[in-house]
Amino acid sequence: MASTLKLSQLPVGARATVREFPGDSPAGLRLREMGVLPGTALTLVRTAPLGDPLEIQVRGYSLTLRKSEAEQVVVELAGGQ
Amino acid sequence: MTDSDQKSASPGRSPVYAIVGNPNCGKSTLFNALTGLRQKVGNYPGVTVEKKTGTTYSQHGRPITVIDLPGTYSLAARSPDEAIVRDVLFGRRADIAQPDRIICIVDSTNLERNLYLVHQVLDLGRPVILVLNMMDLVTTAGLNLRVARLEHELGIPVIPCEAVNGKGILELRLAMSRVDLPLPRHRWDIPAPIAPAVAELQASLVENDCKQPLIARAEALLLLTDSNPLRVAGSTPLSERTSAILAGWKKRWGDGGVDWSGTLVKSRYGAITRLCAEVVQRAASTGPGVSDRIDRIVVHPLWGWLVLGAIMTMLFLSIFTLAEYPMNWIDAQVATLGAWVRGVMPPGDLRDLITDGAIAGVGGVVVFLPQILILFFFLSLLEGTGYMARAAFIMDRLMSRVGLSGKSFIPLLSSYACAIPGIMATRTIENPKDRLVTILVAPLMSCSARLPVYLLMIAALLPGDRVPIGAKAGLMLLMYALGTLGAFGFAWLFKRHLLKGEPPLMIMELPTYRLPRIKDVLLHMIERASLFLRQAGTIILGISIVLWFLTAYPKQPGSVTPQEQLAHSFAGTAGRVLEPVIKPLGFDWRVGIGLVTSFAAREVFVSSMAVVFSGEHFEGGKRADVTPLRSALKAATWPDGRPLFTPLVCLTLMIYYVFAMQCMSTVVVVRRETNSWRWPLFQTAYMTGTAWLVCLVVFQAGRALGF
Repeated sequence: MASTLKLSQLPVGARATVREFPGDSPAGLRLREMGVLPGTALTLVRTAPLGDPLEIQVRGYSLTLRKSEAEQVVVELAGGQ
Repeated sequence: MTDSDQKSASPGRSPVYAIVGNPNCGKSTLFNALTGLRQKVGNYPGVTVEKKTGTTYSQHGRPITVIDLPGTYSLAARSPDEAIVRDVLFGRRADIAQPDRIICIVDSTNLERNLYLVHQVLDLGRPVILVLNMMDLVTTAGLNLRVARLEHELGIPVIPCEAVNGKGILELRLAMSRVDLPLPRHRWDIPAPIAPAVAELQASLVENDCKQPLIARAEALLLLTDSNPLRVAGSTPLSERTSAILAGWKKRWGDGGVDWSGTLVKSRYGAITRLCAEVVQRAASTGPGVSDRIDRIVVHPLWGWLVLGAIMTMLFLSIFTLAEYPMNWIDAQVATLGAWVRGVMPPGDLRDLITDGAIAGVGGVVVFLPQILILFFFLSLLEGTGYMARAAFIMDRLMSRVGLSGKSFIPLLSSYACAIPGIMATRTIENPKDRLVTILVAPLMSCSARLPVYLLMIAALLPGDRVPIGAKAGLMLLMYALGTLGAFGFAWLFKRHLLKGEPPLMIMELPTYRLPRIKDVLLHMIERASLFLRQAGTIILGISIVLWFLTAYPKQPGSVTPQEQLAHSFAGTAGRVLEPVIKPLGFDWRVGIGLVTSFAAREVFVSSMAVVFSGEHFEGGKRADVTPLRSALKAATWPDGRPLFTPLVCLTLMIYYVFAMQCMSTVVVVRRETNSWRWPLFQTAYMTGTAWLVCLVVFQAGRALGF
């Protein structure tokens, strides 16, 4: 049923839940401390005009990250999308 | 109550408060509201992190010291700014005592993420006051906060506040005046796999690092969150025993595949989520917020560029047009002051030293102050509204091509007006290597002080009124393009070889758009400008006097013209010594004098050329008519009668000014911002070296081609 994919592959506007997460990369730790954790729901709001970085909505605020950073995050599409 | 709290609350000494909070939560506004203008801004020794302290008064009129710490998302530091927050709160710094009490300020519309830092701070075992800022926006965001419940759960005073209009400041001041501020009730259970490590580290920290038990527990937790703790100058390192225990646990977990830092972060967020479920009531969805609707245009694939272009155009137009009037005024005042001193003092060396050395030299720097102020005003406005983060977001892809992040864009762009505010604006770049690379290349962006040199050379190169304006503008554009290309080329080179490192993170919050208070913007602007004046003032005065001395000595006997005096001065000698080096570029010793004297500031080249070639003082600074000087330059020849300022030489000279580091103020500011002479010296060497090489190639190739 639910499909998993990389955060960098998520279509704009899609809602998803974080599944797997990088261990101890600097990007991984920072993302976690900013509230992006396994089980957290997020929405891909938009990409920058040149397609990179991405803007996600998480825990009620907007966060940017590069595609290369989003590639490390595995998410599960929310149902009905 | 702990011992320290009783001590701090004793009538003898008022407690010291530190304000901590996430970036963009209104921390500076709160600090300004509490302290007004009773602020001191300095630096933490050894690092370029701003140290802000101020004084507020308790309800009984007793002074209370408040430290405004830099904004941070976590105590696990990733930048020097964040490391300072951590080290001050943990009492690791020798230059500042551990604050007695802590004010945590949060953005009420974004409680969950903001509470992460609060949660870490609660571990410190100090009395904490929680300030819920931006309460006015909570309802708009479709939220309802149960403040009493939050207060009950955390066991600390929680104060709803709107720092922008002063609401809640009185209540905060009352809480700060309390003698019996309670310690937070700690209800956070450390996850089981981590608990034994925390206990062992805590015991070692108490025994070997002389920490109080509560702080030791917090410190143990932090050590276990932080995979790679950043050290900054001036903070005490861990004892060997504790480091060994830490390394041992990390190894054990690493071998066993335990994600220790993740476990701790997750368990903190778990506690916060449970807390928020009790406290935050979400009304029905309110649809997209104002910020999101603004962003639909501001970061739109097409409109986004137009908005960015429009904002930048406005910025530059205002710098070049608005700054004109105060700059002319300052020029006039400096001239008046010089004339007045000349009138009241008896003629002699001392008088010349004051008028031609000190007043003229410092005046030449102060004249750029209006530009610097306007630039800081815009930078602070862009920062305050939240647009700065969007500009970084839009430009990140392009900047990443040379290994930088979007955060380097605004500092580099500002450097087109003046490298000084550009370099000072790099403090918002967290990654130290990125920041250094940005500082190193910023002065390659053609600043406004190069304009008079470009204009004079273009006038000499393309004389007459019939030259199409397009040719002049094209040449000018070529110079700007050369500088920009140089800056990006060197950034790429430095990131690749000299300062290799991880690609910078672009994990950044896009803050909600806000209307900043004009008072905060102005305060920030004045703070920045006075920082520049204080940091650079004395050294610039010193260099100005040295440069004056070089042109005024040795004194020629009898009455000589300024032209002869300069020709036989130390500067003239320096020009002649330099001649073998600059002759391959097509410059003679008289041009060399200009290169030496214009180290004060690039536009001094024009006035030096005026003295050297027309024998007259060039009055009116950089905005005067260059036509008479142009004719004098046209008439100048080498001893064998060949014209000196051929079109090729003019072009080469322009290119020299594109690349060469000819600005003592920049050197001084880079020294301050990097905390050593190593980088400004390297920067001067690489820039001037590049200038010489490029000019050599251009001049020799041009000559070979018959120009």
